[in-house]
Amino acid sequence: MGALGAVLPIGQIDTGDTAWMLAATALVLMMTIALGLFYAGLVRSKNTLNTFMMSVSAIAIGGVVWALIGYSLAFDGEGALIGGLGHVGLNGVGFEPRGDGTVPHLVFMAFQGTFAIITAALVSGAVVERMRFGAWMIFAALWSVLVYAVLAHWAFGGGWLAAQGALDFAGGVPVEMGSGFSALAAALVVGARKDYGRQALLPHNAVYVLLGAGLLWFGWFGFNGGSGIGANDASVLAFVNTMLTPAAALLTWFVLDLIRGRRVTAIGAATSIIVGCVLITPAGGFISPGWALVLGFLGALPCYAVIVWRPRTRVDETLDVLAAHGVAGFTGILFLGLVAQIGWNGVADGLFYGDAGQFWSQALAAAVAPAYAFGVTFVLLKAMGAVMPLRATEHDEAVGMDVVYHGEEAYASGEGAILVAPDADGEVLVGDPS
Amino acid sequence: MKLVIGIVRPEKANDVLEALYRAEVRGVSLSRVEGHGGELERVETYRGTTVKMGLSDKVRFEVAVSDAFVDPTIEALREGARTGEVGDGKIFVVPLERAVRIRTGESDESAVTPVVN
Repeated sequence: MGALGAVLPIGQIDTGDTAWMLAATALVLMMTIALGLFYAGLVRSKNTLNTFMMSVSAIAIGGVVWALIGYSLAFDGEGALIGGLGHVGLNGVGFEPRGDGTVPHLVFMAFQGTFAIITAALVSGAVVERMRFGAWMIFAALWSVLVYAVLAHWAFGGGWLAAQGALDFAGGVPVEMGSGFSALAAALVVGARKDYGRQALLPHNAVYVLLGAGLLWFGWFGFNGGSGIGANDASVLAFVNTMLTPAAALLTWFVLDLIRGRRVTAIGAATSIIVGCVLITPAGGFISPGWALVLGFLGALPCYAVIVWRPRTRVDETLDVLAAHGVAGFTGILFLGLVAQIGWNGVADGLFYGDAGQFWSQALAAAVAPAYAFGVTFVLLKAMGAVMPLRATEHDEAVGMDVVYHGEEAYASGEGAILVAPDADGEVLVGDPS
Repeated sequence: MKLVIGIVRPEKANDVLEALYRAEVRGVSLSRVEGHGGELERVETYRGTTVKMGLSDKVRFEVAVSDAFVDPTIEALREGARTGEVGDGKIFVVPLERAVRIRTGESDESAVTPVVN
């Protein structure tokens, strides 16, 4: 660790570190609500609430599953493939630090829990506007154990990927590639919306999209800036890089938009903020601020290409989780293998600074994480599909998910609404909310 | 010369537009309206308040056509808007006294005849 880290006693609670990690945890939890807003703006108005609720439900399900089993599988012990059951139900997670950490184990667990939550919510972007709400919640619970906890263990819970030297600062493996390539599998299994490719299905509120992206960026300072697990050099570097890379990605996106359509688009800008934040996620605490800018400029290119190409395919990966998270996470994890500098991170050099082995470790992570996430999600949804319908009926899809699954509208006018006694019988439901 | 008014489900509006296009009917206005056509009322709950929504979103097409196009227009509206469930909508045909094309001042039949490009 750097100068600031060196003066701290290791394995003892540091109040400064703890204070920052408490704040960072709250910032990351807010990101899931910000994501709900971002996604809600990108769908049609009749699906606003359902899209938002997929993110909200990820907090309910992801939070509980994390405390019960997910945290233990991700962070208990040094097993190569999966953690142990020692922390099931938060057993043994208290005020003492974990290992040689400087913050209470409880804070560490909560911080990591907010990552599990937002990652499940990210996957929902692939299946909005047609997946059944009940099926989604069952999927989110199983996915956060079978995919997220396993990848988190590999990347930073003591599993084989970290053991063989792969670096992942804040979740390029479990969060970004984990969600992005799972999203692709989910879109393939659940299938396209009924009107996809026939009608223009447009975002209904670009202001939500921009505001959601802005709040995600704000929260990302806790996500990356907290991944040094303290107020230390690594966190400071990641925090600053989280300002720089998205700014560079925004600028690149403006130029690409200008070249392609002769106009700078607002939804493109919102997208590029996410792309920039994702690019720097794996690399944040490992690369210099100068390289962070370069990462923003260059890393935006493959993501832009996939975003332009994907809607020309028959794959209705609706909100482009693959491009914004999968491809950006993949790019960031490889880039860090090129430009990591021991002078900045105290851990490892990349290929450009003399350690080709680091690049190959990163390449391994970039190959394995997408394959695992895609494969397990594909099989999981196929298995679920064999025992329950995954998607709404065509009728319900036409009516809209908000009325069918939630009995509410995002923009109810109240005109023509007749008050009903709360205990009135013979309730009439439009569609099948099961 | 008639004004054909079709009130349809919003989610079928695109299908109606396609059907009208195939029937070579050009010149359409549409507006978003709310209405009730005997379909099931949806029950919605906002905290403690439960309501029956008596009005549903609909799209209202207005198509002014010469007599030869009245039946094709009705057929297109039916074909595009029908789901078979209550609430598919209605079509009204009313006589049209006069029509003027603003750009040229043409009136009546020639005003409702599409411009051939």
